Amino acid sequence: MSELEFRTAIRDALDEEIERDPSVVFFGEDVALAGGVFMTTPGLHEKHGQERVFDTPISELAMAGAAFGAAVTGLRPVIEVMFGDFMALPMDSLVNQSAKFWYVSNEQASVPLVVRSAVGAGGRFGAMHSQIHGSWFQGIPGIKVVGASNPADAKGLLKSAIRDDNPVIFLEHKRLYSVKGPAPTEETVPLGKAAVAREGRDITLVSALRGVRDCLEAAEALASDGIDVEVVDIRSLRPLDHETVLESVAKTNRVMLVEEGTRVGGWAGNLLGIVAAEGLHELDDAWIVATDDTPAPYSPTLEDAWLPAAGEIAAAVRERLGVSARV
Amino acid sequence: MAGTQTERARERKDQPGESPAEYLDRYGRMRLIRRFEQEIHRLFLKGEVHGTTHLSAGQEAVPVGVCSALEPDDYVAGTYRGHGHALAKGTDPEALAAEMLGRATGVCGGRAGSMNVVDLPNGLVGCFGIVGGSIAAATGAAVSAQRQGRVAVAFFGDGASNQGYFHECLNWAQVFDLPVVYVCENNFYGEFTPMASVTAGGEIGIRAASFGMRSQVVDGNDLWAVREAALEAVGGAREGAGPTLLECQTYRHYGHSKSDPAKYRPPDEVERWLARDPLDLARARLLDLGLGEEDLSATDAEIDAQMDRAVEGALAAPYPDPAQQSGSEFRE
Repeated sequence: MSELEFRTAIRDALDEEIERDPSVVFFGEDVALAGGVFMTTPGLHEKHGQERVFDTPISELAMAGAAFGAAVTGLRPVIEVMFGDFMALPMDSLVNQSAKFWYVSNEQASVPLVVRSAVGAGGRFGAMHSQIHGSWFQGIPGIKVVGASNPADAKGLLKSAIRDDNPVIFLEHKRLYSVKGPAPTEETVPLGKAAVAREGRDITLVSALRGVRDCLEAAEALASDGIDVEVVDIRSLRPLDHETVLESVAKTNRVMLVEEGTRVGGWAGNLLGIVAAEGLHELDDAWIVATDDTPAPYSPTLEDAWLPAAGEIAAAVRERLGVSARV
Repeated sequence: MAGTQTERARERKDQPGESPAEYLDRYGRMRLIRRFEQEIHRLFLKGEVHGTTHLSAGQEAVPVGVCSALEPDDYVAGTYRGHGHALAKGTDPEALAAEMLGRATGVCGGRAGSMNVVDLPNGLVGCFGIVGGSIAAATGAAVSAQRQGRVAVAFFGDGASNQGYFHECLNWAQVFDLPVVYVCENNFYGEFTPMASVTAGGEIGIRAASFGMRSQVVDGNDLWAVREAALEAVGGAREGAGPTLLECQTYRHYGHSKSDPAKYRPPDEVERWLARDPLDLARARLLDLGLGEEDLSATDAEIDAQMDRAVEGALAAPYPDPAQQSGSEFRE
């Protein structure tokens, strides 16, 4: 089976959709001539030309506004807001224009646009280049929020996002760009559907993006302790697929949610609230592992302690289940 | 100066779009906006229009003059003071009134209200409740328009020229030579605050120079002057000459919103501007150009009857039924 690197999956999805649909345009800071600061978009400008792929000023608000106006007049823009932290800048256009247009206009037109960003900590980028903005947008009707944990999903989800008629926030975790995995077997991955990344009977771990890989690594360690872990990759924060989690919990009766973000105001708390409301009778135990309530720190020792890593995830499960690690 | 302009208007009157009869139609559109705002004011006081509303009476020459330079499929983005923008671009007055009244027959089915009207079939990509939002919407529409041979127009107030939207988008449009016209309706007050006390540099039009953008400061109460400036800007945009900033100086007759009696404006200033009511100026010019009082009275009567029918129809329309029209956040 051929292996696909995460960043190549992003590039291929863009390349194929720009090729397939003449209304798709792609723009952002350093995406064209430079090929993206994480080298996710090299060659697209050369192949598709200035009309379709172009560099913009460092003006995130204008970028999102341009994408909105273009989307309601016939184009399907994909924009790159380089780091998730920068998403505070274009929020007015995304929240008040793109997200509301379909409903408020009485469905005169929808807003087919995608906003890609590199997100997440662990790269020693410090407090203003490490946030995940998924939860900022999760509470806004009219905008989808998705992100992948592996290359195959990255390609399929991005293609679905570009083909979707609604605005989509697309999260790309920095510590996944160099990850390799199997190439996709399907053309697209549906938006709004979680995936069971690993089957198990004893406990359900739910995470997103890089956290899914950490949970899978923790699951391997826990298997040697005799704990059979199921891992759910939530993949979409809005719509939020609580059904898949409920199905898993009906089997395992325990759920631990792992979020790279704070417990208050995070997607994990939202999801657990719904799971509890809908499936309390299935739950023997439920809790959240999240980051500390501080901005992401810079120093390697501080940042590593701040992030929920595989070892911490496995330890949290063992402690809660009263199982000692086998050494 | 008025005489000179009238002479120029006389000289041009045989050119396409420049006949007195066509200006009489434009005057009629201005009167429609005035009458619409008066009716909305009345209906607000009766409790039929909800929340708040921002009236544009006094500023009619700007949207009518600018939109007279556009094709029906060109794009316009307006503001929360947007009734005039919609009517100038061709929105049906009854559907617009019904929207203000929250009725099912409203141009947005009652979902938008006064501040957020969208009318895509008439090229209105939206009116925006956030100061400066229209600037972005028109800039984006211009990205499409550049590929479609169309032009986009943003209407916004003097207050919006201090928003990030203004500076980011004007730079963007000039960098990409977008076919967009930025029309600042400078009514000299950002909400309750005098423009001069919060705006550096005096004129807003001169800000274009820092982007290398063409600009003009225009008498926004003079329909002829606005149209002339708009024709040049729109024509240039369509021919690939890029964007223009037009600062149209005008004045609102009402306060900022329905909670504002506008007591902060000096009486002599108000008097000075009321003496330059754009409808009165247009009437005088049309008489100078050879139309008779009876032509103007006939137009007035026709517009008043149209407005009466629109309000009557809107008031008779049903409210949306939540069970039938709750809608969904996403397009499937």
